[in-house]
Amino acid sequence: MRNSLYKKNIISINDLNRNELELVLKKSAFLKEKAQPNLLKNKIIASCFFEASTRTRLSFETAVHRLGASIIGFSDGENISLGKKGETLADTISVISSYVDAIVIRHPQEGSARLAANFSNGIPIFNAGDGANQHPTQTLLDLFTIKETQTKLSNLNIAMVGDLKYGRTVHSLTQALAKYKNNQFFFISPDALTMPNYINDMLYKKEIYWKRYKNIEEIISEIDILYMTRVQKERLDSTEYANAKSKFVLQTSTLKNARNNLKILHPLPRIDEIDHDVDYTPYAWYFKQAANGIYARQAILSLVLIEKHF
Amino acid sequence: MQINKLQVEAIKSGSVIDHIPAHIGFKLLSLFRFTETEKRITIGLNLPSQKLGKKDIIKIENTFLSDDQINQLAVYAPCATVNYIEEYNLVGKTFPSLPKKIDRILICPNSNCASHNHFITSSFIFTKDINNEINLKCQYCEKEFAKNIVL
Repeated sequence: MRNSLYKKNIISINDLNRNELELVLKKSAFLKEKAQPNLLKNKIIASCFFEASTRTRLSFETAVHRLGASIIGFSDGENISLGKKGETLADTISVISSYVDAIVIRHPQEGSARLAANFSNGIPIFNAGDGANQHPTQTLLDLFTIKETQTKLSNLNIAMVGDLKYGRTVHSLTQALAKYKNNQFFFISPDALTMPNYINDMLYKKEIYWKRYKNIEEIISEIDILYMTRVQKERLDSTEYANAKSKFVLQTSTLKNARNNLKILHPLPRIDEIDHDVDYTPYAWYFKQAANGIYARQAILSLVLIEKHF
Repeated sequence: MQINKLQVEAIKSGSVIDHIPAHIGFKLLSLFRFTETEKRITIGLNLPSQKLGKKDIIKIENTFLSDDQINQLAVYAPCATVNYIEEYNLVGKTFPSLPKKIDRILICPNSNCASHNHFITSSFIFTKDINNEINLKCQYCEKEFAKNIVL
């Protein structure tokens, strides 16, 4: 399989075509099966977290270590001299790109990863989250987990629950799954937090079935993947939030008519939208999903930094 | 009887942007930074037009707009024509067509977009929604906006 990801920036899931997604998934499975501790030996990766995101940072850093590369960087933009001295992001990236082989960037502003790519002098940029915009490696690990649990990425019924308006994970995952055939989407959210029109329009243009539902029970018997997200209290007024809590909190009783193959995913952190009792059901897969982040990130790092694979 | 009298003084050489919708002429001057040049510019506002009723016109001496600049005019002035003048004679005429993308001119309405705070220029691509309405998608924050929100 040709590696068209070599030296490519990983900014948005929309930049990856179907073949490239397949390549990452295949590589993720290979690395999960067979560790390759010397694959990126002698490479140095910068981990530039301009805002704190402990889980994503540790996942990336673990992936780097497992491939035998070295890592430098910082974990919070507030406490670095670059921020305090007022240096622009463009200059910071320009300098760091002369030190390393790749840069992982997390930044609170949307579009900052693409901006960074303009100033990295050809050094690949990995977007580890830019504001409410993109987090492509989260989508890759979601896809990897779905394929691992369902053995396919097409002909699936996927329910997405919670904050569908601001939740970038559900936007990107819908865009990625829309590249595969015969998937159907079930959107469950408070009225104030529905899926944005541009996602609905994209599905409409591709003639992909989607529908809004009021609660999880309505569709639990029809779905293969239940993708839960957190409804943030501050996004709703108190009445709406109380209403949302009663309808969108997943309990074991909600799962009584679930298909055997159903898997519950969540980008984490989970607050109270999934009852802890659900953790002990065979459907709960969110912690294994988080663990898969290591393999998906190993895969994308190695594909971008090494031309020849398999 | 038609009176063949020029509403705005003729130029010897340069570009004439004609058939700009009334009240858009000033906007084009600032957005396209035509005023940042030392070249002589003459403008006419609210001139009579058979095509538009009223129109604005901009004449820029010794400047020939690029195809890219001309196409970007189409966002604001879809009916505009750009005439090239040499030795007071019309030597070329082009019609803007909507470009695939528009750089530098627009400002992203998303206040948290990285394009606001750094030394980069904005960049939007044109998309169409299901009702065939034109939207603009920011290349940086990837948000899509209805045309009237961005312009």
